[in-house]
Amino acid sequence: MMKSRTVEIWVGLFVAAGLAALFVLAMQVSNLTLVDDEGYPLTARFDNIAGLKVRAPVTVGGVRIGRVTAIDYDPRTFQAVVTLRIQARFNQLPEDTGASILTSGLLGEKYVGLEPGGAEEVLAPGGSIAITQSSLILEQLIGKFLFSKASEEK
Amino acid sequence: MEWLAGLGHSALSFFQRLGRGHLLFFAILQGLPGMVLRPGLVVQQVYAVGVLSLIIIVVSGLFVGMVLGLQGYNTLVDFGAEQSLGSVVALTLVRELGPVVTALLFAGRAGSALTAEIGLMKATEQLSGMEMMAVDPVRRVLAPRFLAGFLSLPVLAAIFSAVGVWGGYFVGVGLLGVDDGAYWSQMQAATDFRDDVWNGVIKSLVFGVVATWIALFEGYDAIPTSEGVSRATTRTVVHTSLAVLGLDFVLTALMFGE
Amino acid sequence: MSRPEEHLVRIRDLHFSRGHRKIFDGVDLDIRRGSVTAIMGPSGTGKTTLLKLIGGQLRPDAGTIEVAGEQVQRLSRSRLYELRKRMGMLFQSGALFTDLNLYDNVAFPLREHTRLPEAMVRDLVLMKLEAVGLRGARDLMPSELSGGMARRAALARAIALDPTMIMYDEPFTGQDPISMGVLVKLIRLLNDALGLTSIIVSHDVKETAAISDYIYLIAQGRIVAHGTPADLERSDSAWAQQFLNAEPDGPVPFHYPAAPFGEDLLAGRESRQGGR
Repeated sequence: MMKSRTVEIWVGLFVAAGLAALFVLAMQVSNLTLVDDEGYPLTARFDNIAGLKVRAPVTVGGVRIGRVTAIDYDPRTFQAVVTLRIQARFNQLPEDTGASILTSGLLGEKYVGLEPGGAEEVLAPGGSIAITQSSLILEQLIGKFLFSKASEEK
Repeated sequence: MEWLAGLGHSALSFFQRLGRGHLLFFAILQGLPGMVLRPGLVVQQVYAVGVLSLIIIVVSGLFVGMVLGLQGYNTLVDFGAEQSLGSVVALTLVRELGPVVTALLFAGRAGSALTAEIGLMKATEQLSGMEMMAVDPVRRVLAPRFLAGFLSLPVLAAIFSAVGVWGGYFVGVGLLGVDDGAYWSQMQAATDFRDDVWNGVIKSLVFGVVATWIALFEGYDAIPTSEGVSRATTRTVVHTSLAVLGLDFVLTALMFGE
Repeated sequence: MSRPEEHLVRIRDLHFSRGHRKIFDGVDLDIRRGSVTAIMGPSGTGKTTLLKLIGGQLRPDAGTIEVAGEQVQRLSRSRLYELRKRMGMLFQSGALFTDLNLYDNVAFPLREHTRLPEAMVRDLVLMKLEAVGLRGARDLMPSELSGGMARRAALARAIALDPTMIMYDEPFTGQDPISMGVLVKLIRLLNDALGLTSIIVSHDVKETAAISDYIYLIAQGRIVAHGTPADLERSDSAWAQQFLNAEPDGPVPFHYPAAPFGEDLLAGRESRQGGR
């Protein structure tokens, strides 16, 4: 009977591993990741975030200090509200820090770049970043470029 | 004239085999409800079919994921799109390689073992003996193995994909310096649970039925000699591989065709 | 059920063929209750096939096979399985389940067909193993047994459900003299002690004749001689004489049926000239 017991234990482990694997696969797609307790939240409002995704990196001077945890839309101001979670040890961001949505490479991923200002005051957890610059939209840039070219030639 | 007769003969024997295969399939299906009363038999077989295939699945999954990470990175970096590595690795694994490679490995590891076991039981008159003891070998021997294969393959495929995603992570993020967050965020953005993960699970269920069915049929239908069993074992691997790859195309066309 | 018929097995005008080869061509055969009946004949005459026909694993082309008053080939699947519970069969190879040890092998039919508590299964299994002298070997796997022990173990399994009839397929082939002697004694002993009816298929003349009450000789798809061992000994049937005395040539020809030798040689020459 001992042998059939070890078999049962192994099969139990096997099924558990399968469920765990399925759980991992499910979590990675449905974004039900367990809340990252570390760090503090900040919000930033953008006119246009085109292409920014949840879990995208947040960087200062190219160094990642946090990530995007939520993207929402404010129907009153017609703006996108992006919630960032910054790691707890980077708690010295000045109040006049600016946030812009940047692209890594020409076709790469969108991320949020922070530009620290010179203010004495420090952004408190839950605070809001006032100075923001929206995502650059390639189509609009090309459109503008063509338009200015056309008007030059006249 | 001679070749025409040969063609006719092989066509006839092909359809006879096909018919016997389906009869066996329905006989096995009839035996499945009885398994509720004998869960011990199924557990024993899940061990033989699933647990013992675990090592090869985990190791293969890890390496396939690592290769995907490496190759995907080399291709994507030319476009400055190495951030998308996560989505490439995850989609490839969850949609295709997870179910397909697992089914192929399953055919080699578990399917051939099933065929050899059943074939030898037939060759040594164990199946006849069981029949003479008024025990139906289809219900007692084949049905629990079928159920075990059908249940194990999706589990193995899920483990394969999950391990593969981590393999891609080790290479992409650990060695090549893709951003950790980008790896996961791109993956999540590109992969949908119902469209991708769930379709992968459905694929592996279908492959589980087909692979186990072929293995059991080849064993049960084997010529009861050592040569017959060895040929049946080979046929199991070949036929399962062909069936899995062919079915994969059909299923992919149905699921992602639009 | 009135009085039990005198014959447990009655076969009438049995025809059976495999492909184009006729195996049985009108066989009549009776097996008396409580007797040991031997079915003998040269190899390749379908003796094993006969056992499979009696057990309902094969269906005859024509004719009837009656076991305990029931026509085997007409039974529904479930009735056939009921009937088989009352038959034991000892296969030539033993057919022990290689993944179970001796104890579990003998317990197998009990566990499949009864809901006996494990303690009672144990008692029964030990009883059957004791009867064949293998109680001490109960934890061995079939691969660890010698050929004779494997056959005795299979015998213990065959009698596990206390059948009314037991069929032996070549029980003596490939046994050393000692285990052969053991098996011979065991078959007779079990038959008398348990009130079984035994059918032995064999071509080991001496051993089989020693324990059988009645012998059927099969050759070329027919019964060519039958009677008690003593009857056959005295019989002037050429078949019986050739078989019992192991003569190389006689009604059973030394040569496989073929065209005359000379013709065959010439045919080869012609095809070589004509073909190319």
